[in-house]
Amino acid sequence: MMKRSLNTVFIWLVLLLPVQALAEQLLMARSLQPFPETMLALQESIRAHGYTVSRVQRVDIGLTGMGYKTDKYRIVFAGKIDEIRHLSEKAPQLMPYLPPKVSIFAEGSQTILVSANPQLYAEIAGEAVDPVIFDRWENDLRSIFHDVSKAEE
Amino acid sequence: MQLILLIFMSFVGAAAIAAPDGAQLYADNCATCHGDKGSGGVGVPLALPSFLENVDDNFLRQTIRRGRPGRVMPAFPKLSAAQLDALVGHIRSWSGKPAPEFATTPVKGDPLHGKALFASNCVACHGENGEGGKGTGVTFSRSRDLPIIAPALNNPGFLQAATDEMIRHTLLYGREGTSMRSFLEQGLSEKDIGDLVAYVRSFEKQADVSGLAKVVPDEKIIIAESPYTLDETIENLKNAIVSQNFQLIRTDLLEHGLVEEGEESKQEIILHFCNFKFLYDALAIDPRVGLFLPCRITVVEHEGKVQVMTINPLYLSHLFNNEELDEVCKQMHGIYTAIIEDATL
Repeated sequence: MMKRSLNTVFIWLVLLLPVQALAEQLLMARSLQPFPETMLALQESIRAHGYTVSRVQRVDIGLTGMGYKTDKYRIVFAGKIDEIRHLSEKAPQLMPYLPPKVSIFAEGSQTILVSANPQLYAEIAGEAVDPVIFDRWENDLRSIFHDVSKAEE
Repeated sequence: MQLILLIFMSFVGAAAIAAPDGAQLYADNCATCHGDKGSGGVGVPLALPSFLENVDDNFLRQTIRRGRPGRVMPAFPKLSAAQLDALVGHIRSWSGKPAPEFATTPVKGDPLHGKALFASNCVACHGENGEGGKGTGVTFSRSRDLPIIAPALNNPGFLQAATDEMIRHTLLYGREGTSMRSFLEQGLSEKDIGDLVAYVRSFEKQADVSGLAKVVPDEKIIIAESPYTLDETIENLKNAIVSQNFQLIRTDLLEHGLVEEGEESKQEIILHFCNFKFLYDALAIDPRVGLFLPCRITVVEHEGKVQVMTINPLYLSHLFNNEELDEVCKQMHGIYTAIIEDATL
């Protein structure tokens, strides 16, 4: 009886999940903060979720260095070494997509974040990898984006 | 225990039955592209008064439901009718005015004469075949004082959402704050405007209104086996990259930055490269292209075999719903393939 009641509660909770939990292919978020503050919040949240920021690609610096006018645009690469090694071994076809990344760019005085939904990696990896890892990445990425969009709001 | 569950369920049930929260739905689904207050960005500025004065609620509902195939705006087929109404209500609240209502009866006109008028009055902004302006959003595509890119009038999503009367109203009165002017004030007659509407509606015959199902390529990566050693392959790749007019940025280990320096595996190497003109143009087409950046090729040595691989841009492009970007992805696919073939032949 108890188990059935708990099941009922669980089903209700799942039905009430917000719309953003529906699978999208691109995950995006807007921060009302300017680029520098958002970049800081992004990296802090990535680390707080247990990932290592492995590199920040300064796209805008390269462009301005070549004489092009552009606003701030960076790519933040992050991952966990054990997971990256596991995925490289089990699903080598995933390597060109690793480590996962987040694009961050200025839009006036606000900032936009974009990343592929990690479920994309599950599609690429196929059955060679337990998809639970990508479910966790998706949850973490949503949580990171939530942190950043709510920072100092 | 059952009493607690009953109380819990009644709270949960009440929340579920309550009307959807339009502001929350907007924040969750729209604000990233359209701005938290509808000021625009990657998406159009929905709060622009002249926009809201010129579109009816059904146009907004249909646009959200069906999106604009190939023009960035995605479809939201899973939103319920009540959620759509709540969203539209929230967007409408910015104008403080009631929604306009347009008749659904077709506007009669001469599409052939409309075609001639379109060529002389509309092509400069909307394109020769009504395909719309280039680029996506402000900042990277255009400055913020140009709030709207001319919409694609031949887009099946637009044609399904807009009534003839709504198009006619826009032509008659224009949209203040955008490049769209009143064509009545430009000297066209009401009959001319009817002919223009008839021509725009004729795009329906050319457009695939079935939803434009897109074929996603099976190949997720571009891959080739190299007959050369790891070092030779890397040298070949460097030469091939330069010969394609790209600049080598750096060579990295895949594990760089994830472990202490010196502890990285030396068998997975990434070559980063760029053609800045190509990059600049791609950012103007869609600022979300960071998913493709930087251009890179991964070289892997495993059990004596050397493999060269990279992402397949044609596969990734399906995420963006952007036909302009699809073209760039085709080019990039060709460049990656040429570099890899050059280096491994």
